[in-house]
Amino acid sequence: MTEPILRVENIHKAYGPTEVLRGVSVDVRPGEVVVIIGPSGTGKSTLLRCVNQLTPPDQGRVWLKDVELTDKRTDINKARERIGMVFQDFNLFTHLTALQNVMLGLTKVKRMKPTAARAKAVMELEKVGLADKADLYPAELSGGQKQRAAIARSLAMDPEVMLFDEPTSALDPELIGEVLEVMQDLAAEGMTMLVVSHEMGFAREVADRIIFLENGVIADEGPPEQFFTNPKNPRTREFLWKLTELYGNHGEKGSRRSGRRGR
Amino acid sequence: MDYFLRCLKFILPAAKVTLLLTVAALALGLVLGLLLAVARIYGRPPARSFAAIYSRVVRSLPTLVVLFLVYSFVTIVFGIRGVTTAVIALTACTAAYQSEIFRGAIQSLGTGQMAAARSLGMTKSVAVRSVIIPQALRLAIPSWSNEAAIVLKDSSLASAIGTTEIFRRAQQIGAANHDYLPAFLACGLIYFCLTFLTNRVLDYVQKRYRLKL
Repeated sequence: MTEPILRVENIHKAYGPTEVLRGVSVDVRPGEVVVIIGPSGTGKSTLLRCVNQLTPPDQGRVWLKDVELTDKRTDINKARERIGMVFQDFNLFTHLTALQNVMLGLTKVKRMKPTAARAKAVMELEKVGLADKADLYPAELSGGQKQRAAIARSLAMDPEVMLFDEPTSALDPELIGEVLEVMQDLAAEGMTMLVVSHEMGFAREVADRIIFLENGVIADEGPPEQFFTNPKNPRTREFLWKLTELYGNHGEKGSRRSGRRGR
Repeated sequence: MDYFLRCLKFILPAAKVTLLLTVAALALGLVLGLLLAVARIYGRPPARSFAAIYSRVVRSLPTLVVLFLVYSFVTIVFGIRGVTTAVIALTACTAAYQSEIFRGAIQSLGTGQMAAARSLGMTKSVAVRSVIIPQALRLAIPSWSNEAAIVLKDSSLASAIGTTEIFRRAQQIGAANHDYLPAFLACGLIYFCLTFLTNRVLDYVQKRYRLKL
């Protein structure tokens, strides 16, 4: 089995007296797509933010290949260039056009010349189907377009791993599909992805592994077939059942993009 | 009427001094105010406390008191006089007020913008310069244009330490002729026109650079 590209080891994180993460370990191999699900408030987003150190964990270690991100001596900015992140509420830079949003990291972090950065940014926008929206400001884009631009902004840095923090949770149902499609293409290209999402259709079709996080620990984990048809933990069954009840028959093949939206 | 026009003619050249005071204090105050706001939000604890204390103390003092404090201090220690002293004092005051304006603007951006910038590998200072400040400046324009009008009018206080700007000229011609009302009317008219123009210019700037949110 190949060496993991990302190793997350025994992460603990507390906010005041509330322990959000209580010892979570995840290994992600190159090209693997891991989807994290779980009830709200169980530390899914915190876990992602602990990976790229936007939220430094209290305890535990994170490795990107042979670089330890939790090591104080590591240049975290260099490391973050290699880890893309997509946020629930997009966080596009509102004073810049879609194109300029994608260019900014290239010029300011990778120190590319504006012409080269522009060419690369145009290419990245084409990849997410936004070439014709390049000169629009975030406020002029739909939610789905914003999220696709945000994905392009991350991809422009040529990351080795992509983190997705509930990328479709802030979208109107009819806009979710276009974002999932981009993510699916990305997975097909072999991108390593760690995704927090309640899109069960996506999880079933694209994920190599699903992790069920509850109360700050991994309650269940496995490939989608096993996860959906024969979960090890009764809590998983309960959670999946609740999602079904709320959002329809998510687990079934072919039901992708048919308007279920988990939270 | 003739006297009123004479007053206008006498006072008007001093508008240059008033404008110099205003523009210099606003520009320096903009730079210092931004630095203070950034220090307050993103700085290390000592910088943070310094910015907070500076803003609290200066905003608690009347501008006139700051003027005389600076005047006494600067004149004794550095031997500087005149317009420079007034610029320093007005800058000291507006920097504190502007720091509050920018602090509010930065805070209204939320933490997501910083998180997105850092996740791309930007250092904190690059993120502040290329993501936070450009947006904060745009958001701050309405409050900032209010502050600009206040500084323009507060520049009249500089007359108290001997700066010959609009208000002092009005006092001079009024005293010379023992007829103050037309002098101060002329003075008021000039302030009105200057404030009006400033606001129009800043309104234009705001429309031009408005953030689409």
